[in-house]
Amino acid sequence: MLTFILRRLLIAVPTLLLISLAIFLLVDLAPGSPASQIPLTVPPEVKAKILAAMGADQPVLVRYVLWLKQFFWVEPAYWIDSRFGTNLADGAQRIISYQTRAPVFITIGERIPQTMTVVGAGYLIGILIAVPIGIYSAYRQYSWFDQAGTFFAMMGFSVPTFFTGVLLIVIFATKLHWFPSVYDTTLLVTDWSSFVAQIRQMVLPVTVLALFNAATISRYMRSSMLDNLGQDYVRTARAKGMGEGTVVLKHVLRNSLIPVVTVIALGIPSIFGGAIITEQVFKVNGLGAALITAINANDIPMVQTLTFIFAALIVLFNLVADVLYGVLDPRIRYA
Amino acid sequence: MYMRTLLLGAAGAMALATAAFAERGADGEVKVLYWQAPTTLNPYLSSGTKDVEAASLVLEPLAGFDDKGAIFPRLAESIPTVDNGGISQDMTTVTWKLKKDLKWSDGTPVTSADVAFTYQYCTDPNGGCAQAASYEGIKSIDTPDAETVVVTYTGPKPYPYAAFVSALAPIIQKAQFEKCIGAAAPTCTEQNFKPIGTGPFMVTDFKTGDVVQLEANPNYRDPAKPAFAKMTLKGGGDAEAAARAVMETGEYDYAWNTQINPDLQSQMSAAGKGHFVGGFGSLVERIEMNQFDPSPDLPEGERSTAKHPHPFLTDLKVRQALSMAIDRQALVDVGYGAAGKPTCDLVPAPEGYAANTTDCLKQDLEGAKKLLDEAGWKMGADGVREKDGKKLHILYQTSTNPVRQDIQTLVKGWWNEIGVGVDLKNIDASIYFGGDAGSPDTFEKFYADVEMYANNFNGTDPEAYMTQLLCSKIPGPDTQWQGENIPRFCDKDYDAKIAELSKTADLAKRQELVKELNNMVSAKGLVTMAIVHRGTLSAASNALDGVAINPWDTEIWNAQDWTRKK
Repeated sequence: MLTFILRRLLIAVPTLLLISLAIFLLVDLAPGSPASQIPLTVPPEVKAKILAAMGADQPVLVRYVLWLKQFFWVEPAYWIDSRFGTNLADGAQRIISYQTRAPVFITIGERIPQTMTVVGAGYLIGILIAVPIGIYSAYRQYSWFDQAGTFFAMMGFSVPTFFTGVLLIVIFATKLHWFPSVYDTTLLVTDWSSFVAQIRQMVLPVTVLALFNAATISRYMRSSMLDNLGQDYVRTARAKGMGEGTVVLKHVLRNSLIPVVTVIALGIPSIFGGAIITEQVFKVNGLGAALITAINANDIPMVQTLTFIFAALIVLFNLVADVLYGVLDPRIRYA
Repeated sequence: MYMRTLLLGAAGAMALATAAFAERGADGEVKVLYWQAPTTLNPYLSSGTKDVEAASLVLEPLAGFDDKGAIFPRLAESIPTVDNGGISQDMTTVTWKLKKDLKWSDGTPVTSADVAFTYQYCTDPNGGCAQAASYEGIKSIDTPDAETVVVTYTGPKPYPYAAFVSALAPIIQKAQFEKCIGAAAPTCTEQNFKPIGTGPFMVTDFKTGDVVQLEANPNYRDPAKPAFAKMTLKGGGDAEAAARAVMETGEYDYAWNTQINPDLQSQMSAAGKGHFVGGFGSLVERIEMNQFDPSPDLPEGERSTAKHPHPFLTDLKVRQALSMAIDRQALVDVGYGAAGKPTCDLVPAPEGYAANTTDCLKQDLEGAKKLLDEAGWKMGADGVREKDGKKLHILYQTSTNPVRQDIQTLVKGWWNEIGVGVDLKNIDASIYFGGDAGSPDTFEKFYADVEMYANNFNGTDPEAYMTQLLCSKIPGPDTQWQGENIPRFCDKDYDAKIAELSKTADLAKRQELVKELNNMVSAKGLVTMAIVHRGTLSAASNALDGVAINPWDTEIWNAQDWTRKK
């Protein structure tokens, strides 16, 4: 197992390097320029100087190598310095965003908490809704509950979040005034009333995301359960006189969860990626919103760093999913 | 003696009474929504309106413009003029005096050294200062004493109100930014995100691209202001959602730049929680008439250059016909509602500078047809006019934006009606305005017959704006397509008048000259065909008093005067 993990990690290094180059070239070759963010009232000479100060006028390969150095050497050095009070970085330039003219990791650090809370909660609640629905739908296949579950899943799949989000705002914020339409990132949970405020502002975005996530996962859960319910060992268990509860929740559920757990693990990087549309609709201003504004502003360092982190997380959670598979299913052995 | 004490006592009591009436911080919190969130609070590092305006709550210039466009002192004691001796007779030096006992929000005194430092900071060649244009033409800055700043220009400067004037050029604290000059500027995150200022508010927390939290500045020069103890300036979402948060849910007190379509405007106003406030600055949506031939048949490097004059847009009659065919009021109704007015002028404001031309406001399709007939353009079999085998066919480009596409469609319909063939093209704004010399689609390259965009000028003086149309500022391959004379307008008389303007200090005379220039290029010349005078449109809660939207400086210029309606 350990050699398997080590081998996979080693393979990940060239993979990630290749990904980083591909992203950099894609972002750079895409049309558009940070200059478009500078108002027309700024004369061309000044504009040229601004771009030079950003480093945006350098050739693409120079910028890529600089980014590699900053990402893999300078940024970790700053992190170690801040942790242990060393002076590894020695004032080297960090990755600077074109928009904020400040290190991109400051923005990322500020954005992670709200993304984790809102998108993470949406994912978690989505799973909690999806698993029971999937189990019962499969157990009572073609019952009215199964039909309703299928309908609900189809809704979640096919209605886009920008529609459900705005719909919920119009009903619950504009008309009923139950929940706020703007997420307050400055709210600190210190007592009961601020906790209630936090819950209230999370209700709408989390509902939208949970609905969307639950739709996918409940379908996986259902089909996996259906696969197992028809197996011989289920008949054997029943023949041995086991109660339906034990058969379904112990034998069938355990086996059916194996593929679902991998699906869930593979979905975790998408939490970090934020929910671009939902964050935008509810002004959560998490990582997803950071990515989309950076793309709009042609803020290459920010786009590059964020997408690369997402890529690294996807590679990592693929490995986690593979390992989990082996842990959950003793039949699988890694050579 | 007794009488005097009595009077003093009475005056003191009155001062106390007004202080009790309006007390600093008495009105709690005010919540402002900037849907494009500020990314930095140092306006010298970002030219974005969102950043400049958010910073204006904290950082102040020596003088600013009020909602009518009049200049007024902020940190300065008075506005220097030739009459009061503040500007020298030869117009090369300007002397500013700071107000007495000014303090930064940290309690230290504001001195002329801070002003001189600000100049130094922005003019460092490695800093990439976004507002460098404000400090152009300055030879030196002297500080004879702690309250006096003498600005010496390299030549006569009849209108010197750019340096240290308006939210674009505020004073920063020397002590705070001393180590942040030049290439070090982006390393000073703490300073750029939390500048120490003199304004009514000070930053307590800043999350870039998300939210700014501010508190009343305890050292603000007016002890009774601001009425709000706290301000939250939140970002995110879009214009429509921002308008809704003020006008329908009432979660916010003020939302910036809520340009939404006229139908939605009236629908939201009906909710009764807020109202839209608008002001008209100098922003004009225009259609530029390319004076050079953009034809793709020409070799690359010669398109839209002086080598080939445009085959028909150089003819005034054709331009007049194109202008007459447009119903500008209809464009306003469809695209802008309360945030637009039809105009024929490149300089539609401020008051004194505006030529107030009205010739173009009435659509006249028959007249347009007649003009084209006179110019020799005969109707062809396919409904497109032609002359000497040349078709009257136009490529009309602009940036991708729903309102602009609506306008394109309407204009195309009218032009088709008078026998002009039109192809429409829209280009993503990040490319169109991206200035990439390698791209064929930038608005500077102008590989089209006509193109549409909007532009304005900073402050209230249009001299620099009009100077953009000098013959020497035509973009071309030899300048990497940099240059601000987009329509490629070139007229010796115009250049001569610009030279005259740059030497004229008398306001009435300046205004007259600007009107003449305006007529040459737009109202009469129609090389820059102005179509809509665009305003700012923001949403204010009915529970907020004192909002006076300002199109000439920062929109929230008087946040210190805002109060909660009781």
